Formats: sequence, C-alpha cells, structure tokens
Amino acid sequence: MTDQDGPQYQQLLARKVEVVNVGLEGFVKDLRDCGIDVVHVDWKPSAGGDPQMAALLAKLGV
Amino acid sequence: MKLIEDANQQALERILEGEPRLIDIVPARELIPGLRERMILHAGPPISWDRMCGPMRGAVAGAIVFEGWAQDLPTATKLAASGEIEFHPNHHFGAVGPMTGMTTISMPLFVVENARFGNRAYCAINEGLGKVMRFGGNDASVLKRLAWLRDVFGPTLGKAIRAAGGIDLKSIVARGLSMGDELHQRNLACSSVFLREIAPWMARTSTDNAVLAECLAFIGQNDQFFLNIAMAMGKAITDPANGIRGSTIVTAMCRNGTDFGIRVSGLGEQWFTAPVEMPEGLYFAGYSEKDANPDMGDSAIVETIGLGGFAMAAAPAVAGFVGAGAPSEAGNFTRAMGEITVAQNPEWTIAAMDFAGVPTGIDIRLVVDSGVVPVINTGIAHREPGIGQVGAGVVKAPLACFQQAIVAIAKDLGVS
Repeated sequence: MTDQDGPQYQQLLARKVEVVNVGLEGFVKDLRDCGIDVVHVDWKPSAGGDPQMAALLAKLGV
Repeated sequence: MKLIEDANQQALERILEGEPRLIDIVPARELIPGLRERMILHAGPPISWDRMCGPMRGAVAGAIVFEGWAQDLPTATKLAASGEIEFHPNHHFGAVGPMTGMTTISMPLFVVENARFGNRAYCAINEGLGKVMRFGGNDASVLKRLAWLRDVFGPTLGKAIRAAGGIDLKSIVARGLSMGDELHQRNLACSSVFLREIAPWMARTSTDNAVLAECLAFIGQNDQFFLNIAMAMGKAITDPANGIRGSTIVTAMCRNGTDFGIRVSGLGEQWFTAPVEMPEGLYFAGYSEKDANPDMGDSAIVETIGLGGFAMAAAPAVAGFVGAGAPSEAGNFTRAMGEITVAQNPEWTIAAMDFAGVPTGIDIRLVVDSGVVPVINTGIAHREPGIGQVGAGVVKAPLACFQQAIVAIAKDLGVS
C-alpha cells in the first residue's frame, strides 16, 4: 500500500465492512466479535504447503 | 495428464458397471486355491505375529483351536508365535474379512460374483454381536457358534441361495440407502430386505423346521448381518478396476489393527501403509478410549465403493451412534468425501442429498492435494484379546498412505 492509496483505503473502512476470509479460520471469530459480516472460504494450499508434493501433483494433472 | 484421466475413467466405469450377485456359501478350502492347513488369512495389509495387536492375536489363537491345530488357547498362541502358522492378507486371496478378518480352511464363505466381469470375492458369515471372533473373542461360546455356522447355518443358507438362483445385491443396497443404512455401521434395512428375499427360499429348501427357525432367527436378530455380504460385494466390484496403468483410483482400503493399507489401480497389488489411527467415537457403558484398540478390518472396502462414511448422509442416525456429531451434520461427511472422489454412483442415491449418488472413485491426487482423507465408520474392539466390541466411531485414513502412492505412481509414469 502506498500513500496514494490512503484516501481510498480510508473510504473503504468508512463504509460497512464485509469480509471474505480465505484460509485460516481463526480470523473469522475475531472479525465476527467486532460485528463484521464474514464469509469463510475453507482453503488450504495444495498438499498442505509441501512444495515438492504440490509440484508432483501439478505434473500429475491436479 | 491424459493418460491418468483416461485410466481413471476406465477404472470408474468398471466400478460402476459391476453386477454383484450373491451366488453361494462354500467352505473356504473349496474356494481358495492355496489355502491350506496351518494357514490363516487376516484383515488388512500383510503383518507378522510379532506386530499383531491384542484382538488379532486372540482371534488367531481361537481360529487355531477351531481348526483343531491346537487343543487349547495357550498352546495355540505358542504355535502362532513359533512361526509354524502362515499368515496372509485376505485381499491376496480374493477375500475380505471384518475386524480381525479370520479366514481358515473350514469356514463357510459368502461367494459374490461380479456377473459383468466374471470375477468372484469371498467373505465369512457375520457372527452377530457380543463376544465374537472378529473382535478378538475366542472362548468356547465363540468357537461353538463358528461350528454351528460351518455345520448348520452355512449349508442351510447356501442351499437357499443356490435355489434362488443368486441374489442381486445392487438393488438391495439401493433400497437400504433409502431406508437409513450406510452399509457399514448400519445394515438394518439391507439385512431385513435380504431376509425378506431369502426366507421363502430357505423355507422351500429346508427339511427341518427347527433348523429353519433357528437360521431365520439368526439373520433376523443381527442388524449387521448384511455387512459381510456388502464387503464381498465391494471386493467383487473393485477387483476388476485394479491394475489399470496410470489410474490414481483407490481399489482397496483396509487395516489390521497396526497398519492401514491402500491399493491404487495403477499400482496393482502393491500396498501403501502407515500406522493406523484410533477411531473417535462413543463407548459402551463401562468402557472408554483407554480400552480401545486401533482400527481393524477389511470392511473399509465399503467406503472404497462409496458406502459407509461416504454415505453418511443416508444414515443420520449413524452419525449419532458413531459420535460423529448431530444427525443434521451427517451430510457434511458425504459432501467432504465428494471432494476426493471423481464421480457419483447414479444407482446408489441418497434422498437427503436430493438423490445425489454416493461419492465414488477415490482419487489419491485429490486426497493429497486437499488434505481431506477418507472417513470410515467402524466398530471399536477392546485392546485385549477375547473381550470384543467396546464402541463404535469414525476413523480417518492416514494421509501418508496416499502421499506414498503419489510418489510411486509418479515414478511409474516417469514423472519427477
């Protein structure tokens, strides 16, 4: 984020915030506790983040 | 990768096109070439006596006494430990067995024929609840029941099955799914439908009313009677799908109380194993997790064809029984298994899922990619031999089996 993004960023937070949370579910509770609407997407990196296995899977067509 | 997609399509078609029929009950020695005296087939991937868990050892000792290879259990245990008994997996002989999965020469086995491909698969008769050999039971009551199954029940039911010209199994499963069975921890509907079909034939072929009544009552009093038929059916369905080069579809999952093993179509007879996990579930009064044995049995063959934990949505009552959450959450299990399978079975549908087919064709690539592993509904055995079932629950297949298989199939296909 740069200084130029500042006003736009502030404008975003000035409106009602709605969040799509991808991955770690722990953030969902914190946001909901603040009264923010959250949609959680259950996502994990391929092969649990194992780069070698993920590369192998990619070659096998996943 | 086109080779894999084509191979998987072929494996899936073979699974879906299976036409399993129960055609007979025959003593194991007449069915299985190579099965001899002092040879025991067990559940799960290969295992030696020194690595067997308590219930498996208990069942082995009981089977040895049952076959007359030793006079009593202590002598049988010494014989098993001496190396004079050969141990092999059921799967190596076209068979499957629940929990400890004991198969020896004189035991009567269900014969399921896959009429589409001409292959056959076998499974012993379900002994009922309570103290039974499949949970490691081995006392006189267990052996007496096995002798009755061998001498009375097996021949009586076998005669009726032959007279009926065999029993179509797919239609029974379809009806059972619509009546609340998932075919692993609930077989009440399928057992009842089976009894309704076979009872007239038993009446026509039996010459002794007392025996007939005893046999009918044995089926009628055992809600899990159909499980062993469903297991032989699963093996008969998956065997033709094995050995298709490049296919990443799972063709067997099983456990021996120590290791969990899988087979993958493109890798043929090879086993990929990892330490088996403890089931999470509910325990009968007086028992707890500290009494439990790690998971056992070839019965995960029903999950391999989309039933059991994969069809949990069909059996919301089971979700509560196995401690998997509220009945309303049963659908989550079936939806999750949809993430790791390549198709649905249009002949086996679940009303509660708007008649979606059961998730079928576990793809090891999808398992490793997502980290979602197959869930298996299971009984829980006491860790000590001779006690029996202490609960029921859900166990997860270890991810390591699938990771090993990915590496192996990549190597086989020259991918690195």
